[in-house]
Amino acid sequence: MNEMKEKVLEGLLLDEGCELSLAELSRACSMHAEWLLELVEEGILEPRGRGPLEWRFEAPALQRARMVRNLQRDLGVNLAGAALVVELMDEIDRLRARLRRLEPGC
Amino acid sequence: MEFKDYYEIMGVSRDATQDEIKRAYRKLARKYHPDVSKEPDAEEKFKQLGEAYEVLKDPEKRAAYDQLGANWKAGQDFHPPPDWDAGFEFSGGGYTGGGGEGFDYSDFFESLFGGGFRRAGGAGAGARGGFHARGQDTHAKVLIDLEDAYRGAVRQITLQSPEVDANGHVTTRQRTLKVNIPKGVREGQRIRLAGQGAPGIGEGPAGDLYLEIAFKPHPFYRVEGKDVYLDLPVAPWEAALGGRVKVPTPGGVLDLKLPPGSNTGKKMRLKGKGIPSREPGDFYVVLKVMTPPAETEEQKAFYQEMREKFSYNPRSALGV
Repeated sequence: MNEMKEKVLEGLLLDEGCELSLAELSRACSMHAEWLLELVEEGILEPRGRGPLEWRFEAPALQRARMVRNLQRDLGVNLAGAALVVELMDEIDRLRARLRRLEPGC
Repeated sequence: MEFKDYYEIMGVSRDATQDEIKRAYRKLARKYHPDVSKEPDAEEKFKQLGEAYEVLKDPEKRAAYDQLGANWKAGQDFHPPPDWDAGFEFSGGGYTGGGGEGFDYSDFFESLFGGGFRRAGGAGAGARGGFHARGQDTHAKVLIDLEDAYRGAVRQITLQSPEVDANGHVTTRQRTLKVNIPKGVREGQRIRLAGQGAPGIGEGPAGDLYLEIAFKPHPFYRVEGKDVYLDLPVAPWEAALGGRVKVPTPGGVLDLKLPPGSNTGKKMRLKGKGIPSREPGDFYVVLKVMTPPAETEEQKAFYQEMREKFSYNPRSALGV
């Protein structure tokens, strides 16, 4: 047990070069693949590849999908509404980062 | 444990209708939802709100909670009276999972509603013979220093994970992991640790743990994506005459050549000195000319002399 504690874990960094399959994304969101198909249908996620079996999602898809799931579950937002929120949040994040850059201490 | 005033948390009166409670929840949930809120303690507030709503939206739980009496104040030391829930018919399945995966309710909530409700849920599935399933993937946030992203580091993180014991009670288990933070991580990126998520059921493998990276605020560096910004104070003579100045970066001290005639707000790019990666970010220096204080007579005389020698009006563009 002590040995386990001391062991340094090596993780996989999900950066631009890293892509997730439909199955991996589905597990990481604890949601069915069918639900992710709806997100692709709605244009919230844009995987590369022809069919669901070949789809590869960029790493930021994970955060987007989880945000949509949380919004649906917690606020009763529908998919189109969640898509809008996700896009607005992206914009707000960009603006906040710029604000932080321009106004230190905020 | 502390008594929790669910009515106070939701900002409704004790005789609020179910509709009023629902409306209050919707409004506050939008305000404190961790994915959209900018309130600093949004996560904690949202958790409390979810718990309060879990109780008040369900007429059975609400009635049981109400009979504890209206005299309790939030924060007061509380122990549930013995058989406090006698005579209440809990239909079970009362958890709507509003809090989501790994949601941990307060001790207060658990002491009131923990046992019976939870037993009706998924707990104990592992006991069923021959049933195997992969454990759930879990998620956590880890705060690191910006310097860690430049050099890579080993960080110890402590995770609290809720676990259901044999009696259906939920306890929090603390787990400490040492994790290698690879060089080049950026805010918002995730590290996947295979097999470190929730344990599998039966002989199923454990799930994965996803760590979201966030940077601790730094006293002088500001990060935007993989670019890093620094306000660099310079003396008036350095700005006017140019010359070499030292610049701290998270990767070490660098020399920067200032061109003559620089001024406050001038932005200079140190290419590739941002957060390292295949295509590293840039480090931006924004100059800030500082005025040396005129304290001695000699220094004051020097400023006077400057006034005479420079016919300089910094407000000429303003027409005054």
